[in-house]
Amino acid sequence: MKVGILYSRIRQDEKLLLNELRDRDHEIEKIDVRKQQFGLDGTTADIDNLDIVVDRCLSTSRSLYATRFIDHYDIPVINNPETADVCADKAKNSLALDAAGVPTPETKVAFTVDSAMDAIESFGYPCVLKPVVGSWGRLMAKLDSESAAEAVLEHKKVLGHYEHKVFYVQEFVDKPGRDIRVVATDGEPVAAMTRTSDHWLTNAAKGGDTAGFELDDTALDLVEKASDAVGGGLLGVDLMEVGGENSGKYTVHEINHTVEFKALNGCVDVDVPATVVDWLETKANEATPEATQ
Amino acid sequence: MSEADCPECGATVELHDDIEVGEIIDCGTCGAELEVIAVDPPELDTAPELEEDWGE
Repeated sequence: MKVGILYSRIRQDEKLLLNELRDRDHEIEKIDVRKQQFGLDGTTADIDNLDIVVDRCLSTSRSLYATRFIDHYDIPVINNPETADVCADKAKNSLALDAAGVPTPETKVAFTVDSAMDAIESFGYPCVLKPVVGSWGRLMAKLDSESAAEAVLEHKKVLGHYEHKVFYVQEFVDKPGRDIRVVATDGEPVAAMTRTSDHWLTNAAKGGDTAGFELDDTALDLVEKASDAVGGGLLGVDLMEVGGENSGKYTVHEINHTVEFKALNGCVDVDVPATVVDWLETKANEATPEATQ
Repeated sequence: MSEADCPECGATVELHDDIEVGEIIDCGTCGAELEVIAVDPPELDTAPELEEDWGE
């Protein structure tokens, strides 16, 4: 098959993917979105004869628009722009999970400092304030007191981009020092790991320790439902255990649409890039049956 | 193993054989983050600063 890779930075994740695709003799068109223009009738990018495009943009804004245009050109794109749109925004993410009946942390959105303060007080302390768009645990605030809440809200109001004035307030989930990252393709887990840290943020990007994790039936069901809730695709589904380690009860706090998997690949026996490429071949074949011949 | 000059400090940066255009490497001398902008011959430029919407 001929695969387009949308990117602006090649991380280890993209190298793993590129190496796997090359090992299988697939043609690759690397598309650096910084150098391209996307028009209504076509693009400067070389998209001729692409069977499938994989969005690996590091920038969420570029990811959202580039996938929208690729979809407009009737080329299958992973992930599709609707999925990206929901996953890129934490408020939309929460709404989609709740609508699908997937347990997710209690969340309120407010648009002014006063109403955000009311939302915070309704949760009590600690609670969590997150940017609606953001990643790697950046700009996440655990609010332990009224004075801390007032300070963070004022900073966001005065210094923030308009999106920071969409105050996304969430209950603090007392997880057992770890959360669970599942990489899944259309709801089917590729592999899962725990991310453990003494810090309340356990993201691998924040230095959380990773270890493989065996999903139980409840978690498997939640991953499938969460994936369906955002339209499926290659996703990173994040769960927290509620009620302690190995409680068997979970809440799904986030779904990522340009999921990083190098940490996962390093701590499980599953060959993550190979499994992802297996799935890409299937998707390309569904869209264009001759793609993998 | 190939080499290229660091655009920040001018030091020689050793590169792995499987470098990719778009990959980010660190200059071992000055610590600058550098982007591979060509591989044959290898060429480096200063990497873009982290943007707020970067992530997964």
